[in-house]
Amino acid sequence: MDYDLQLRVQELMSRYAASLDAGRYEEWPEFFTEDACYKIISAENYERNLPLGVIDCDSRAMMEDRVMALRQANIFEDHRYRHVVSLPSLIGNEKGVVLFETAYHVARIMREGETDLFSTGRYLDRIVERDGQFLFTERLVVFDSRRIDTLLVFPI
Amino acid sequence: MIPNREPPISDLDWPAGVTNRVPFRLYMDEDVRAAEQSRLFQGPVWQFLCLADEVPNVGDYKTTYAGETPVIVTRSEDGDLNAFENRCVHKGALVCLDDRGNAKELTCVYHNWLYTLKGHLMSVAFQKGVKGLGGMPEDFQLSDHRLRPMRVTELAGLVFGTFAEKAPSLEEYMGADIVARLKRVLNRPLRILGYHSQFLKNNWKLYVENVKDTYHAGLLHLFFATFKLNRLTSEGGVIVSEDGGNHASFSKRHTIHANAEYDDAKLRASRDDVKLADASLLEAFDEFGDGINVQILSVFPNFILQQVENSIAVRQVLPKGVSQTELNWAILGFQDDDEKITKMRLKQANLIGPAGYISMEDGAVGGFVQRAIQTAGDEASLMEMGGRDHTSDNTRTTEASVRGFWNAYRMHMSI
Repeated sequence: MDYDLQLRVQELMSRYAASLDAGRYEEWPEFFTEDACYKIISAENYERNLPLGVIDCDSRAMMEDRVMALRQANIFEDHRYRHVVSLPSLIGNEKGVVLFETAYHVARIMREGETDLFSTGRYLDRIVERDGQFLFTERLVVFDSRRIDTLLVFPI
Repeated sequence: MIPNREPPISDLDWPAGVTNRVPFRLYMDEDVRAAEQSRLFQGPVWQFLCLADEVPNVGDYKTTYAGETPVIVTRSEDGDLNAFENRCVHKGALVCLDDRGNAKELTCVYHNWLYTLKGHLMSVAFQKGVKGLGGMPEDFQLSDHRLRPMRVTELAGLVFGTFAEKAPSLEEYMGADIVARLKRVLNRPLRILGYHSQFLKNNWKLYVENVKDTYHAGLLHLFFATFKLNRLTSEGGVIVSEDGGNHASFSKRHTIHANAEYDDAKLRASRDDVKLADASLLEAFDEFGDGINVQILSVFPNFILQQVENSIAVRQVLPKGVSQTELNWAILGFQDDDEKITKMRLKQANLIGPAGYISMEDGAVGGFVQRAIQTAGDEASLMEMGGRDHTSDNTRTTEASVRGFWNAYRMHMSI
């Protein structure tokens, strides 16, 4: 096992989760390369090779637009997430791109105090190193339940 | 037909014919829910069940619901579509436990009773007993029993069903104007791009009203208005069927004028200073050659067809108790789409669904009502935008279509 790689990916995963949980959504696109893809897709669609995502960005600029929209356009009750992520598993290595799979749980804490297990699933990531920093060039969020409660505003 | 049990709805203070004021009790009470299941969902309404493409081959089946009644849709050996209640005649267990599949016959796992693809009982395990002992009585006839059927009609690739023999034909039920609007979009073989399922914490009627509410779209959905996809000042209108139950609203993106009304009203939705960093989201083409970029169509009680730019979807509304609703989306393209068009539809799918820029609010707003009315059962809503009737109009600044829903609801509920 490449311990240095494993530790650096773990650090990326926990930094990503902490940033979202703290509501620093403006930082979110900075975890990605400029041409990165980010997609949240149900396990049902994913397993049946149906391409539809709940959120589907094919550029970092689209992610910036998501953040702009949730800050300025979309209407929703105040809430926050709490991520718990598993240790990442190396599942592939292709010419400078490392592939990792990591499980997650996300609790959603609503304005009035209601706390629910909002989403469980796994990240399927392609990670590259740019200027000494690990970045996602693809992050596929495959959520287990087909059902989304009420709405999904923030990225996972 | 099951007997109409006519459960009572007690103490409902609602003068006959009124649709501009609706008692909040109708979103909250168990007796209303029970009456809806027996009078409305088992009555002469056509309910959207699934897409014909979901059961293309002989033996294919799919499970769904009609109201809260579990239903199986099958493709039988003769190529016909069939639908029947997913409830074994023996002990009442679910017969099909899968979302979808393919089978020669349908088996209830509880006691291995078998049904044909048309829902007829074909065998009962140990009907004659074991070694001459036990078994069913002599006079028991398999042919006396079947899974309770629905009448099924396919229209433009959509499968609808009704439990009522006396329901008019589906096209008659929809009305010619609505059928034409439906066929305007679903005009060639479909391709299913994927599904969303969204669980709403509100009564099913609040979601259906929201869909039919042409007044809210440019106001609640700030994204819509900000990026000029749709404003109430765009050219458009709403078609409401005669009984009010079905509607189609439409608008044209390129007819947005200087928005004096928006600017004067200082609405949240009127800001012009926000720009997309990646404008490819809004790349779209005039697919149907009429300049209409948004069309929302509904068929009473549970079907919605959506065209937002080139994002096409059908939605099925399923009540799950008094205060919960499941919303099932199938996002569609066409078989003749090339890769570029498919990519465009998938990108535009960011606009719709549970995380959609212009639809996420609809998942929450029904819950805002459901929570607010908890102690207001004896009070009523006030819906008089555009008058008090439910006729078609050349504006969307009206609640005509919502009042139409209540007109059809009163008719089907006999209240």
